[in-house]
Amino acid sequence: MSTQAADIDHGDHDHGPAKGITRWLYSTNHKDIGTMYLIFSLVMLFIGGSMAFVIRAELFQPGLQLIEPEFFNQMITMHGLIMVFGAVMPAFVGLANWMIPMMIGAPDMALPRLNNLSFWILPFAFALMMSTLFMDGGGPNFGWTFYAPLSTTYAPPSVTFFIFAIHLLGASSIMGAINVIVTIMNMRAPGMTYFKMPMFCWTWLITAFLLIAVMPVLAGVVTMMLMDIHFATAFFDAGGGGDPVLFQHVFWFFGHPEVYIMILPSFGVVSQVIPTFSRKKLFGYHSMVYAIIAIAVLSFVVWAHHMFTVGMPFVGELFFMYTTMLIAIPTGVKIFNWISTMFRGSMTFETPMLYSIGFVVLFTIGGLSGIMLALAPVDMVYQDTYFVVAHFHYVLVPGAIFGIFAAVYYWLPKWTGKMYDEGLAKLHFWVSFIGLNLTFFPMHFVGLAGMPRRIPDYPLQFADFNMIVSIGAFMFGTSQLIFVYVLIKTLRKGEPAEQLPWEGAEGLEWTLPTPAPYHSFPTPPTVE
Amino acid sequence: MFKKVAVFGLFLALVPTVAFSDWQLNLNRGVTDTSIAVYDLHMLVLYICVAISVVVFGVMFWSIYHHRKSKGFESHEFHDSTALEILWTIVPTIILIVILFPATKALINSYDTEESDIDIQITGYQWKWRYKYIGEDLDFFSVLTTPTDEIRNKSEKNENYLLEVDKPLVVPINKKIRFLLTSNDVIHAWWVPDLAVKKDAIPGFINEDWTRINEVGIYRGQCAELCGKDHGFMPIVVKAVTQEDYVIWLAEQKALKEIEAAASQADWSMEALLVKGEGVYIKNCAACHQPNGMGIPPVFPAIKGSPIALGPIGTHLATVFEGRPGTAMAGFGEQLSSVDIAAVITYQRNAWGNEVGDMLSPTDVDKLKGGE
Repeated sequence: MSTQAADIDHGDHDHGPAKGITRWLYSTNHKDIGTMYLIFSLVMLFIGGSMAFVIRAELFQPGLQLIEPEFFNQMITMHGLIMVFGAVMPAFVGLANWMIPMMIGAPDMALPRLNNLSFWILPFAFALMMSTLFMDGGGPNFGWTFYAPLSTTYAPPSVTFFIFAIHLLGASSIMGAINVIVTIMNMRAPGMTYFKMPMFCWTWLITAFLLIAVMPVLAGVVTMMLMDIHFATAFFDAGGGGDPVLFQHVFWFFGHPEVYIMILPSFGVVSQVIPTFSRKKLFGYHSMVYAIIAIAVLSFVVWAHHMFTVGMPFVGELFFMYTTMLIAIPTGVKIFNWISTMFRGSMTFETPMLYSIGFVVLFTIGGLSGIMLALAPVDMVYQDTYFVVAHFHYVLVPGAIFGIFAAVYYWLPKWTGKMYDEGLAKLHFWVSFIGLNLTFFPMHFVGLAGMPRRIPDYPLQFADFNMIVSIGAFMFGTSQLIFVYVLIKTLRKGEPAEQLPWEGAEGLEWTLPTPAPYHSFPTPPTVE
Repeated sequence: MFKKVAVFGLFLALVPTVAFSDWQLNLNRGVTDTSIAVYDLHMLVLYICVAISVVVFGVMFWSIYHHRKSKGFESHEFHDSTALEILWTIVPTIILIVILFPATKALINSYDTEESDIDIQITGYQWKWRYKYIGEDLDFFSVLTTPTDEIRNKSEKNENYLLEVDKPLVVPINKKIRFLLTSNDVIHAWWVPDLAVKKDAIPGFINEDWTRINEVGIYRGQCAELCGKDHGFMPIVVKAVTQEDYVIWLAEQKALKEIEAAASQADWSMEALLVKGEGVYIKNCAACHQPNGMGIPPVFPAIKGSPIALGPIGTHLATVFEGRPGTAMAGFGEQLSSVDIAAVITYQRNAWGNEVGDMLSPTDVDKLKGGE
């Protein structure tokens, strides 16, 4: 395409955003939709987080003090669902919306109306899901993994609403994923080959394929539940010749790739941030790409490591133990490459870098406990204890959430045209970091000592550490208010940001003026 | 931060020798060969993980300390090295292979299918365990005995809070015991840390696991799979005794069973049934239907004023005896003795303002149990 022709066609089309509420309702602008995704995700983070508050308050001391066990079960279920589907995934889609077009030199996402639809499904899906809490019999109370038959025969009546909410969320995710793939495949600027793409785009491309592969599986499993509950089928009902273990196989075939869906975009963010603040190119770009592809492919053949205690045959256990261990190799490659990127760089430690370093350290701890959990004979002991809770919070909170914070602080100047308060942002990091470790590290200990997960009350031997965990959780949760304050302060009275606020930053997004114009790259730039 | 990791590593290294009662940091070694093998494997991998983190974080923090702009360090062109990439692919692979050998061996041992000395069928119920000694005509339920007052913080919690049951599983030491696990309703998991036995109890499946306990003692565990409202309140207590004590215990249990059978033939007055019925109700029904009979609708309906409790006594008995398939209501025909069933039904019909005024005789339940 000739750039000149494009100039003539679009020269007088540069209009700003629409006014009022319609700007948001009808928006097809990737930046507006990205902003809505991010704000939605922040709201969900606080709702899911306040549920964690309720859980930790009840677990502060042994005995039942504040809530009843059935409400406790609803809280753990909703906390998991909201954090996974409401906080982490939409935040990544929001980042993809904002950044992918700006990073590959495209004017917008390839399918803007689909983009609008995939966002606007979300508030309705979550309204549906959260309304179950006010229904007769309460909301979903079977854990975010909703194992049958607890979630079918023995579920509260509101489970039907939960199923429809999951269907909607799946549809939204698939639309978002299609949009990312089409955008990356078709709208890269001239000269931007796949192996010149920023790492964030690579990780999102692979994440999008994972989403398209597994969200239909989730839709399938909840549909089978729906049939069992309302149409007298017996997919998961042993009494009718069904198989409760089938549920777990299908669920985890979705569930394991899902956890990589929640971590790969963070890998991408960290791979952008660490080179910037090390003032050095990303170490081993090609092997980083291959490692992500390897992780994504392997994620499809490890699912039953979540099910070592269901009574699998010996060969099955062996297979899933070995494949799970294999994942450690490409994951290790990524961590070594990040560290080598820092090595002999010229480092500074602004907030995005702090979050990225926090990510590398804490994600590595979570990865190492993952290797322990992969060993089937030992997992017989770890399974369903707080050791597992510690493990997956160590990979998801510093993994996904720290990655998101790093991204927000890193690109906020470009988005808003204003600089955030570095001192307050660093305070946010350090309070979060300490609170997080105080919350999740002692969980390893109580887990090893024998505390099962998902219990509203516990034997006295676990009392001391649970109190520490609760204090840590209150600290971690409250510290997120600092984040909100930093955001508001930036928007209200932030110093104007420079076009290139970070000395070492590279990439097309930094060639744009600050703040990024409403329509960026109306003509594609040319990449060397 | 590096210091913190190092301190933590040191902390863990001390764990095997220091016994913590409350601040327990690590796995128990347990009392079976399997649990010791699991413990050793756990420690091996833990040390390897600590060593890896010391090296990886060591390099990282060394670099963070030295290669910073504030020290005037200039960035170097160092961003690709095939040799390094190969190195850090191969080294972790070797470490993994080193771990996999003992892990595979431990897994093989845990799948030992050699003939067992004692077979026990374990069935999970919402929210209790049933133990059936195969070939011994012995079959009983094991239910939490922690008083509600302790759970509700109205009285001081005892040392075995939430880990105590009315009838523990009694087994002899040094015998291979095979567990056959299944469930009556949802998925549960039978877990005793000291035995390193954890296996899901799944409706429609019979899972197999085994143990051979080396030491006399009482070993406590909990259900490990979310199974509904009272998931946290269905503990497991295993009492390991010598073979001689086990034989004595078996004989006692059989004698008790005969006394129980004789009790249903005795002449029960309504007052006696009401008194007994309240106890049976609190232990078996109150978790769902609540101590005041109000239930938690819609999942757990009220008994107070319910058409079944106020209707014909035959329907009431059938509901309690067989349960309601497809709901959380289990059948109690096998769980409770004839006296208990008669007592609890009599109680339900005449408590909390229910004033039917009739009573059920244990002999009527006997007839149903006899197959009528």
